Amino acid sequence: MPFIRKDLLGIRELSVEEITTILDTAESFKEVSGRSIKKVPTLRGKTVINLFFEASTRTRTSFEIAAKRLSADAVNISASTSSVSKGESLIDTAQNLQAMAPDAIVIRHPSPGVPHQLSRMVGSSIINGGDGAHEHPTQALLDAFTIREHKGSIGGLQVAIVGDIRHSRVARSNAHLLTKLGAHVRIAGPRTLIPPAYDRLIESSEGSLIVCDHIDDAIAGSDVVMMLRIQRERMSDAFFPSLKEYSVQYGLTLRRLDLAASDCIVMHPGPVNRGIEISSEVVDGARSLILDQVTNGVAVRMAILFLLIGRDGS
Amino acid sequence: MLYSARLKERGAEIKLKTHIMDSAGINRALSRLASQIVERNVGTSDLLLVGIRRRGVPLAERIADKIEQLEGVRPPTGQLDITLYRDDLSTVGPRPVVNKTEIPVDVTDSTIVLVDDVLYTGRTVRAAMDELVDFGRPRRVELAVLVDRGHRELPIQADYVGKVVQTTDAEIVKVMLKDYDEDEQVIVVESE
Repeated sequence: MPFIRKDLLGIRELSVEEITTILDTAESFKEVSGRSIKKVPTLRGKTVINLFFEASTRTRTSFEIAAKRLSADAVNISASTSSVSKGESLIDTAQNLQAMAPDAIVIRHPSPGVPHQLSRMVGSSIINGGDGAHEHPTQALLDAFTIREHKGSIGGLQVAIVGDIRHSRVARSNAHLLTKLGAHVRIAGPRTLIPPAYDRLIESSEGSLIVCDHIDDAIAGSDVVMMLRIQRERMSDAFFPSLKEYSVQYGLTLRRLDLAASDCIVMHPGPVNRGIEISSEVVDGARSLILDQVTNGVAVRMAILFLLIGRDGS
Repeated sequence: MLYSARLKERGAEIKLKTHIMDSAGINRALSRLASQIVERNVGTSDLLLVGIRRRGVPLAERIADKIEQLEGVRPPTGQLDITLYRDDLSTVGPRPVVNKTEIPVDVTDSTIVLVDDVLYTGRTVRAAMDELVDFGRPRRVELAVLVDRGHRELPIQADYVGKVVQTTDAEIVKVMLKDYDEDEQVIVVESE
């Protein structure tokens, strides 16, 4: 059982065996959510704090439900209602939380590296719920779980990741995870939204990660199309002329989806901007697994909580 | 023999003490359990056999086969993974593997026979009962085990027992089944 870690900070540092352990464990937890009593006593007496410095519906709720289905106590703190808005520093917040002895802290923060910093300051298990444009490991794991559930395995699949790569921690975590598991990843988006950091990723990937100039090249023949949200809240500069133009050039429509493999599945981490990066017909269409992703998110997060804090002395 | 040799390779000093049952003995014991189950429950209606992972699962399947030979009807079978209900998660060794629980029918108003290989402290059975009631309200829950080795730590007894074996705490009762092991037998070993 190769999963002995205090924290889950990113996909980059995980081994293939660790990733497989998380996905296998999540399969067993998915069954729990299908019972009439959706609760097991496994983490009774454990405390999980959700510390969110950015807006979130899915991730925060998903972690809260995951903790509660394992009988842990979940406490939610959002920056707008916490002492952070009174000027408290991250270190002080962390030390105060630590003084209340939580077993795990799920943190989302707009700055990359904050979960790593927090993990050095507190003894609790830290789970990265998204740090800036850096990583969002639990999203990548639930995406991999969903792909595996529908395709059997991930090795050898052609996966297109399309959209705002620059601001997307989901794209980065997925690029690490999918290439580790042997998929071929093609990235497409406006050149202004593909950051220079990807050059190094591409170099070290030995051909399993490539950038396509046109969305159609990325989608052609692919088994999985993963669309990313245009993150307007993070855009201070003009990266493309207009939303309308973006939608025409990079939006996923039914017609464009015809280029993909006939059994292609469509994914999106949410929240969806209907009519911008993806058309409503595709969102609601037969190939869309967007809501399956949300369902699987709970099982994957249950598995992560169980593996990190399921037993003492680790 | 193979088992003790294998343990020795891992560095544990294990001594084989007694053979309890061979393959034919296991088969005869399971036949008797099957007859007792249908006798006490007057047939197979509403009967559900649930094996406790791992070795309770093939035992439950074999008992179901034998009930089918007797009654012409095979009762449904399920399997429980009790990892999430254990009371010793914090003390067990390496991180436990969580497997799937599968209960194919509605348990409410059914008669459930839990099946396990060895009854020892009773803690596994306690966990299994806690998990079962999360699936509904069975009319009755019974317990069938291949070996009862004593040393209970909870007020739990089996309704159907293949064989009662007197043991000391240092001894280990090892049920080996073709489904998982190279051999099929029940042995008592002791670590030195």
